[in-house]
Amino acid sequence: MTTMTYREAMREAIRQAMRADDRVFLMGEDVGRYGGCFGVSLGLLEEFGPDRIRDTPLSESAFVGAGIGAALGGLRPIVEIMTVNFSLLALDQILNNAATLRHMSGGQFGVPLVIRMTTGGGRQLAAQHSHSLEVWYAHIPGLRVVAPATVADARGMLATALADPDPVIVFEHGGLYNVSGEVPDPSPADLDRAAVRRPGRDVTLIGYGGTVPTALAAADLLAADGVDAEVIDLRTLRPLDDATLVASVSRTHHAVVVDEGWRTGSLAGEISARITEQAFYELDAPVGRVCSAEVPMPYAAQLEQAALPQPAAVRAAARQLVGVDG
Amino acid sequence: MAKGDLETVGADAPAGGYVQLLTPDGDRVERVTGPDGTEYSVDFTDAEYRTLYRDLVTVRRLDAEATALQRQGELGIWASLLGQEAAQVGAGRAMRPQDMAFPTYREHGVLYTRGIDPIMPFGLFRGVNQGGWDPQEYKFNQYTIVIGAQTLHATGYAMGITMDGKTGSADGEAVIAFFGDGATSQGDVNEAFVWSGVYHAPIVFFCQNNQYAISEPLERQTRIPLYRRSSGFGFPGVRVDGNDVLATFAVTRAALDNARQGQGPTLIEAYTYRMGAHTSSDDPTRYRIASEVESWKVKDPISRLKAFLEKQQVGDAAFFAEVDEQAKAEAIALRERVLELQDPDPVTMFDHVYPHGSPEVDAQREAFQRYQATFEGSAH
Repeated sequence: MTTMTYREAMREAIRQAMRADDRVFLMGEDVGRYGGCFGVSLGLLEEFGPDRIRDTPLSESAFVGAGIGAALGGLRPIVEIMTVNFSLLALDQILNNAATLRHMSGGQFGVPLVIRMTTGGGRQLAAQHSHSLEVWYAHIPGLRVVAPATVADARGMLATALADPDPVIVFEHGGLYNVSGEVPDPSPADLDRAAVRRPGRDVTLIGYGGTVPTALAAADLLAADGVDAEVIDLRTLRPLDDATLVASVSRTHHAVVVDEGWRTGSLAGEISARITEQAFYELDAPVGRVCSAEVPMPYAAQLEQAALPQPAAVRAAARQLVGVDG
Repeated sequence: MAKGDLETVGADAPAGGYVQLLTPDGDRVERVTGPDGTEYSVDFTDAEYRTLYRDLVTVRRLDAEATALQRQGELGIWASLLGQEAAQVGAGRAMRPQDMAFPTYREHGVLYTRGIDPIMPFGLFRGVNQGGWDPQEYKFNQYTIVIGAQTLHATGYAMGITMDGKTGSADGEAVIAFFGDGATSQGDVNEAFVWSGVYHAPIVFFCQNNQYAISEPLERQTRIPLYRRSSGFGFPGVRVDGNDVLATFAVTRAALDNARQGQGPTLIEAYTYRMGAHTSSDDPTRYRIASEVESWKVKDPISRLKAFLEKQQVGDAAFFAEVDEQAKAEAIALRERVLELQDPDPVTMFDHVYPHGSPEVDAQREAFQRYQATFEGSAH
């Protein structure tokens, strides 16, 4: 059992993957000498050298496209994109190329590429660096999309992602990097199942990435209200683990999805639809959604906090569903 | 010597030379012939020299005030222009009133030369508003955060003024797009070069090569001097000593005048150095060595102009002291105004999603107001 931060867990995962397999390398902006804009790769340049820890020219489309080429040639690239907003410059490479080449080649080859990117708000980085666009990628067949919410998953998911024969997008919420936690077992994480982070009987709170701590904090508030909340961490956003969701809702009969994306066209909407399709008669109330306000993410701290899903809002939504507020 | 290099390279110039009219010691170079035969020189009155000096000192002092305010938690973030004052003031003063600028988030010096109240970027970085200057009134577009995106906006604007018949004469209009060395690797910037080239757009691409893209040195963006990139796109490029306000003025003025007269785009590489961090969020000691920073201190844009003014007896100790005092007073007054800027009400986040509202946003605003009201009277 080791205690470390989420950031250290990601770094440790990269380090172990690179030690274990010469084909693995990391590239992106500022990943080398600077150690990454969020400090994930600090010290890796010193250990692995500039061929395997590559500072790239400022071109997201180029370093994702080059990652595809390297993967096609047999390497196992890890590409770091500074934020999900910047990944839009590489969207053509990700959607029209990485995600489709297995299909377009008639199954001759896939693209074993891992793309890591920071997502989410709460750090005063304004409307061009802070959005939660996970659902854009979760929409795309051909990709696997994961969102480690715990330190253990930050440590364990990368190895599984690198072993995947297809492109995997790893979303790291910027608010999680400094969180400390235990890594009970550094072996590769199973990506196929959502996890129950807190068992409860009265309402299921569903989150992923940065909203898992929000849901857990809301569960604490609800406990004080006498409401016993279960918290589910989706872990993998594509494909979604419907079975875990349905099993939980079948016990609690109430669900609130907590999603930092915008509500319209959100993952929260997709999850709500699946619960309705598969567990409609288990529900005692409509599925609730607590999402970011549908505005460009404000830069001002107090506006940004008001725009993001907060534990108090999750609590209010859950109280209303279970009828605490009449 | 490669095609495009300058025969007279300038003191401390990188390989290939640059246009320099004022050496780091404050000695005047009368004129420099550019790679395409253009003669670069300036013909300022004593009062104009003194104004340029005052500009440089003032923008540096205001920038220092912003850095201090950020460190005190009064601004969320700040992108300092320290070291790039001459590049910005030279380019800004070279613009004619009708010329349009498309800046990045670091162009506080250009903003100042356009006559915009310097509190405006402070309000932006404090998070109380979005800056608020009128881009049309001041011919200075909003700060662009996305790296290189504004070069395409500038290209489109430049094509537009040609369609409006506003180019082709000595009093025509021109556009200047500001960006950095890192941006030259972005697709947007290269696409802007292609478009401006084929449409012969009245635009000046003004690249402040401050040697770093956050932590990444110039060698990660290019194998050749940046100004030479333009030749592949079919328009001229010239490198200027970006720490020399006179040369920057002369080169930018000539390029803008060419553009307004219908002679198409120019790429200017203003060779300079970012003396501070990329923004207040990073620590440059992690990626560059102190001796490199020291080597640029002797090329300081302000001290060389001060030395020149002293040698020419255009400025004396009393003048320099008065400029310092005025800049300080301006900075203190600005600080006081900044501290009085009120935080916006959170509900204002719904204000500018659509100009006339929308059912979705309006419903959210109402729900938010009801939710906010539940906290009234509580400590939260």
